[in-house]
Amino acid sequence: MTVAGTSSSPAVKKSGRAGPFKLLMRNQLAGFGLMVLAVILLLVIVTPWLPLADPDITDPSQRLLPPLTPGYWLGTDQLGRDMLSRLLWGTRVSLAVGIVATLVAATLGSTIGLLAGYFGGRVDGTLMRGIDMLMAFPYILLALAIVAVLGPGLLNALYAIAIVNIPFFARNVRGVVVTLRNREFVDAARLSGKGDALIVLTEVLPNVLPVIVITMSTTVGWMILETAGLSFLGLGAQPPTADLGSILGEGRRLIINAPHVATLPGVVIFVLVMSINLLGDGVRDALDPRLKAGALMRPAARTRVSDQARHTAAQKQQGLLDVVDLRTEFHIGTEVHKAVNGPTFSIAPGECLGIIGESGSGKSVTAMSLLGLVASPPGTIMAGQVNYRQENLLAVDDERLRRLRGGELAYIFQDPLSTLHPLFSIGDQLVEALRAHQPLSYRAAWQQAVVLLEQVRIPNAKARAKVYPHQLSGGMRQRVSIAMALANKPQLIIADEPTTALDVTVQAQVLKLLNQLRHEQGSSLMFITHDFGVVAELCDRVAVMYAGELVEVGPVAEVLAKPVHPYTRRLIACVPDVNQVADRLTEIPGLPPKVNDLPPGCKFADRCDQVTEACRAAPVELEALTETRQARCIFAREVL
Amino acid sequence: MRSPIWPYIGKRLAMTLPVLLGLTLIVFFIMAMIPGDPATAILGSYATPDNVARLNAQLGLDKPLVSQYFTWLGNLLQGDLGRSFNQNREVLEIVNERFGATLILAGTALVLCSILGLLVGIVSAVKQYGLVDKVLTLIVLIGISTPAFWLGLLMIMLFAVEFRVLPASGMYAVYGGGDLPDLIRHLILPAGTLAFIATGVIARLTRASMLEVLRQDYIRTARAKGLAERRVIYRHAFKAALVSIVPVIGIQAGFVLGGAVYIETVFQWPGIGSMLVTAISTRDLLLVQGGVLVVAAAYVFFNLLADVVQVLLDPRVTS
Repeated sequence: MTVAGTSSSPAVKKSGRAGPFKLLMRNQLAGFGLMVLAVILLLVIVTPWLPLADPDITDPSQRLLPPLTPGYWLGTDQLGRDMLSRLLWGTRVSLAVGIVATLVAATLGSTIGLLAGYFGGRVDGTLMRGIDMLMAFPYILLALAIVAVLGPGLLNALYAIAIVNIPFFARNVRGVVVTLRNREFVDAARLSGKGDALIVLTEVLPNVLPVIVITMSTTVGWMILETAGLSFLGLGAQPPTADLGSILGEGRRLIINAPHVATLPGVVIFVLVMSINLLGDGVRDALDPRLKAGALMRPAARTRVSDQARHTAAQKQQGLLDVVDLRTEFHIGTEVHKAVNGPTFSIAPGECLGIIGESGSGKSVTAMSLLGLVASPPGTIMAGQVNYRQENLLAVDDERLRRLRGGELAYIFQDPLSTLHPLFSIGDQLVEALRAHQPLSYRAAWQQAVVLLEQVRIPNAKARAKVYPHQLSGGMRQRVSIAMALANKPQLIIADEPTTALDVTVQAQVLKLLNQLRHEQGSSLMFITHDFGVVAELCDRVAVMYAGELVEVGPVAEVLAKPVHPYTRRLIACVPDVNQVADRLTEIPGLPPKVNDLPPGCKFADRCDQVTEACRAAPVELEALTETRQARCIFAREVL
Repeated sequence: MRSPIWPYIGKRLAMTLPVLLGLTLIVFFIMAMIPGDPATAILGSYATPDNVARLNAQLGLDKPLVSQYFTWLGNLLQGDLGRSFNQNREVLEIVNERFGATLILAGTALVLCSILGLLVGIVSAVKQYGLVDKVLTLIVLIGISTPAFWLGLLMIMLFAVEFRVLPASGMYAVYGGGDLPDLIRHLILPAGTLAFIATGVIARLTRASMLEVLRQDYIRTARAKGLAERRVIYRHAFKAALVSIVPVIGIQAGFVLGGAVYIETVFQWPGIGSMLVTAISTRDLLLVQGGVLVVAAAYVFFNLLADVVQVLLDPRVTS
């Protein structure tokens, strides 16, 4: 029953997205619930004017007639009263009690939540301690205790159910108010001299309303169920008043001879509560911001690949891994984000290729596309080939891909804290990696895991293998990731900014270690970074990426000596030079273009200092300048 | 190599003391709210004011409420819950007799609904937005919207009256029962009904937290390692999801213990729940008080258990 903090402040206007009501109506189930509920409400409202028998008039000669008896559509009960009439009047009572109980609980609970959240400190402590105490009781039991004291009766049942539901409102509302308490608009109101009462009512309350509505819509169904329950037990409505629960309770003893007397009220309760719950879920989904963007979509085991790309056979291979015209897009709602726009490159055995670019340039998505690790939905690989040893990885079956992942093709991710599983020891995680690809016993794999940890220079590896990721430092954790990647002697390691999350001093150590170990194994390395300094130290060749395209490719020494693309020059200028008395770090002004709205011409044009009309007019192709160098700039030849 | 969990469990145990104390406070003050004068109630309306005052003094009711509470609490700690004036027996004795039956019913239902809820939730999450997910989501919603007492009646009509395969009421057969198979036969309907109603919340939460966990970076790592998808879901994702599900199973224990009141009434199960209903209608308030206290204490215990399980699952809690 937790509700996420709604982050809407009065100043923020939701744009582009459908409003809550539209979202609600788009939900078919919720619409169905609303329809059923509307019919019930209508029936219940017009009940007094319908040509029905009096629900309380008994007629011993017409006892226990079955449904569909002429004159008694739904039969009669043990006293000869008309069931249809009793059910309609009973529904009136049940609904009224449920709604009033909800309003009472909402008012009291929200008041407590507002006070506790707004004033904080002592007030908060005392009020919430009380709420916690209420919640320490099993839900229905507390209601029973209250009814026991107040005595059976419909009104007492209503109080009991309302009191029991206060904590839900208090907790949810307090949760939101706490986040609002120190927001600018509340501070502004305070500074303008408004009193606390006025601020709570005019500034805080409007922002809490969605939460109150969500909580109401999700609890009103329960409240109707529980009041019916108390009446069923004979503790709620007392004759001659009858609600659905008490009608059911009276009919309980007749289930063998006249089952309709007990079944029918149950059906009505069920339909009523079900329609309310359908609607309530819809309301929650429409008002809860977390669910709006469809954020809770589950990524599949493998990135979706378009039919066209899946049916492309591997081309003739040049290197160990050839990537040809790879295109990965994210489809979010009606928008298409083109993250990877056709890079073509190749990695030779034993080679280290650096892929460099700012964040958002598509380098990580490119890397993850190779092994189908892009979250999907929303990601889709639209076109291209990823050829590894005469096989197109986009076309191989799932089992083949699984065998390559972590086997011949290993991956090291950026942040080792979030990429290692928090609940398994590091030894355990290494053992898993080993046993996924090698037929080893657990014990043998464990021993090998310890050896791997020693290899990445983790002191006291034997004992450390039993440690959990949160017990290690960032540098140590990344060493574990490296050990995991090396576990099955991969042909190619894809390292996605493996040191960005680490301290500068630790970065150097980890990089050196990674490079040394991959040399020992003869593995190729695809190294993704935004730092030309690291590329210079580690890589043989470099590919510069911008807006999902390669803009320059070449041997590191040559590119450093004579960068052709203006973007490459800017990236190189970003590296602080210790030999110079640097006045300040050069930053690249501006931002990369939005990938859901790419310009037709050169994508760097807006940030380039030598841009011309021709740059923007038509797409600029990646041009081979020499045997080893390529660049995507119309001035490339002039510069070289 | 994880930090030892005993200190944490000790701390957690110590934390339940104030909760238990809070329970007694609430129960005591709810009971103190009873309108009217107990002495008058006991002696009848013809009692002389003098007699009423004497009985009040005898019962300690002339003292301030706070000191009454401590006297009451002292008695409670010695196992003195008072006497049921209807049955003229010690409350503790009656409660003791019936508590086991409730525990069997609620415990079985809790285990059943946890297993069912986890299974349904996982399948729903894995088949998100598929047909199976939609059908399961609908069934779960039906469970949440069904009145437990009504479903119980339907079950009796169907399995006890119509098909005559299972007993409709009681815990043991009157003649020749009393063994475990007999108990199980009697348990199936009530525990099944209670579990069906309670499954929904766990299933929904499991689905949501599985979906949440499946988006985490470490799941991508597991896939990048080349683990089979089944292992990714049932080992990596499920364990992480379980950490947030277990506390809710503890909370569901409260729902099941409360729902047992209806189920025990419908199936004439000789537990605390059906006892409470009778006690409330006959205004046997000391018996109500005793029953409520014991069930609430059981709930606290279930929550404690959930906490311990969570610590065992998640090494981060203790460090």
